[in-house]
Amino acid sequence: MKTLSKIYNIIIFAILYFPIVMVIVFSFNSARYTPMEWKDFSFQWYELLFQNEEILSALSVTLEVALISTLAATLLGTTAAIGIHAMNKKLRSAMLTINHFPMVNPEIVTGVAFMLLFVALAVVLPLFKPGFFTLCIAHITFCTPYVVLQIMPKLRQMDRHLFEAALDLGCTPFRAFVKVMVPEILPGILTGALMAFTMSLDDFAISYFTSGSSAQTLSVTIYSMVKRPVTPEIYALSTLMFGTVLVLLVLANIGQIRDIASRKKRAR
Amino acid sequence: MKDIITLKDIAVSFDGETILDGLDLSIHDGEFVTLLGPSGCGKTTTLRIIGGFITPDRGDVFFGDQRVNKVPPHKRRVNTIFQRYALFPHLNVYENVAFGMRVQKKSKAEIAETVEKMLALVNLKGFEKRAVSTLSGGQQQRVAIARALANNPRVLLLDEPLAALDLKLRKDMQVELKNIQKSLGITFVYVTHDQEEALSMSDTVVVMDGGRIQQIGTPTDIYNEPQNAFVADFIGESNILDGIMREDYLVEFFGKTFRCVDCGFGKDEPVDVVVRPEDIDIVEPEKGDLIGRVTNITFKGVHYEIIVDVKGFKWMIQTTDFHAVDSVIGIMIDPQEIQVMKKSEYSGMYGDYSSFSEEFDELADPEAENGAAQ
Repeated sequence: MKTLSKIYNIIIFAILYFPIVMVIVFSFNSARYTPMEWKDFSFQWYELLFQNEEILSALSVTLEVALISTLAATLLGTTAAIGIHAMNKKLRSAMLTINHFPMVNPEIVTGVAFMLLFVALAVVLPLFKPGFFTLCIAHITFCTPYVVLQIMPKLRQMDRHLFEAALDLGCTPFRAFVKVMVPEILPGILTGALMAFTMSLDDFAISYFTSGSSAQTLSVTIYSMVKRPVTPEIYALSTLMFGTVLVLLVLANIGQIRDIASRKKRAR
Repeated sequence: MKDIITLKDIAVSFDGETILDGLDLSIHDGEFVTLLGPSGCGKTTTLRIIGGFITPDRGDVFFGDQRVNKVPPHKRRVNTIFQRYALFPHLNVYENVAFGMRVQKKSKAEIAETVEKMLALVNLKGFEKRAVSTLSGGQQQRVAIARALANNPRVLLLDEPLAALDLKLRKDMQVELKNIQKSLGITFVYVTHDQEEALSMSDTVVVMDGGRIQQIGTPTDIYNEPQNAFVADFIGESNILDGIMREDYLVEFFGKTFRCVDCGFGKDEPVDVVVRPEDIDIVEPEKGDLIGRVTNITFKGVHYEIIVDVKGFKWMIQTTDFHAVDSVIGIMIDPQEIQVMKKSEYSGMYGDYSSFSEEFDELADPEAENGAAQ
């Protein structure tokens, strides 16, 4: 039975990761249009990738959007979580439902909705013409709920008298927030920010509908590239993106494990 | 003595439920005042009003002559010891104690000196670098005390500070807290549901129930001269009987007239009479004012606790002599041991000891036991 379940696990993971492994392997293959044939190990696609203006500009847009939306979503999400936490039970559960909805809503619906909104707004405000700004707005919007989700449990675990104790010792409410509340919920803020960053990097559907020709994210650019014959540059790019997201997720997990360990220590 | 805090006609309600109802209280400078009452009596709410965490719906709060209803907590010169200490988990012991002074931008040297002094005061020298999570409950409690006192408050508010400690530690901390209060000469406002704690530590005890003050007095006043049946029942054990005040210094119960030391009641006014179990003398049946039959006896260490049936009313009597169940004894009560109280809304709510059993005794204080277990 035990060996059987082991084999089952191996099969599942193989199915999950085989395509990715293939992409990684062939990103180092020097052959061009026959990817199923291994020729030589080479970094040539990586070299070409970093000479490709189109991809490099998309990469910089992606990173800028991810950074801006992470910062904004973290700030918004943190304040929102604290506000929701302070509400009474009924309002709080209502707010959390509203918060969770965008996460389960099909991305394509969100994307189309944003496109409609921006098109309508652009009539009056040229700022809302599809481009960098609209991309940022859309990304901030879909990232914020994930931040709220990460911070809520930290607020629940916090001794509610901590904030009062800081006030009692002479802190203004804002100072008490910075000096006592933020350190307590910091693990939640950090994992929230990491989640937001990866979500923003990852996104295709919403970006597709909200980016214009002036600013395109990597995923949108790749999509338009694959309509032409696929070049192994894309394998190289996919490998790099996979690696980045993997590193970020591992970091987030290490953070969570450490947090749990310190909490256990505290409980003793 | 000067009043340092005055509460006038305070009323508070949450979600339509009345918590405090016209509370008046004056606290003298340098006094150890205890707010004592069962859970839900409004004692913690009163403390939080003084701390500035709750603004009353009605009434005024004065610090000295200054009205402080609208003054936020960080601008009040009072500090609070919270029930679960509320130490800052991300700071070590030193930084916890230094917290208030850092906020006030005190000099490094002054902070170091004060922290050292405070940690010495609470017997925690050498714990400066320890994380608060590594401390025991009692040690955390001491850090909380040091942290509050480092701010040099004029009034220290303590919200059931010993409830989470085990019995032995609680007794030690009672003595220590009292010593700290005496040596610093600052005002302590102390909230507890533990009557023994209140009696042994306080200068003044404020007994509360149902959002109102039932009695204010010294511990001996509260114990010896309770003003109504609630106070008599809540503080210690007591036999509460229906009586009639025949005239000054003469009260009648069980069809017998007893001399007492109370006066100022109307002629033939119905009253509540309190007799403490330890104030009753047991004599030969023929010599007693009342005669009863022993129905239960429990050994308590220092004394026996016996339940005596007198014409259907079960008395509790504490005695150092053994009396077998079913033996018939006489009861004698000295005039000064009889406390006569006006009838109140609490009259008749506390019967005799007919429901008394040993198991009941063990369950008597569930709140304290929960607190100790946590």
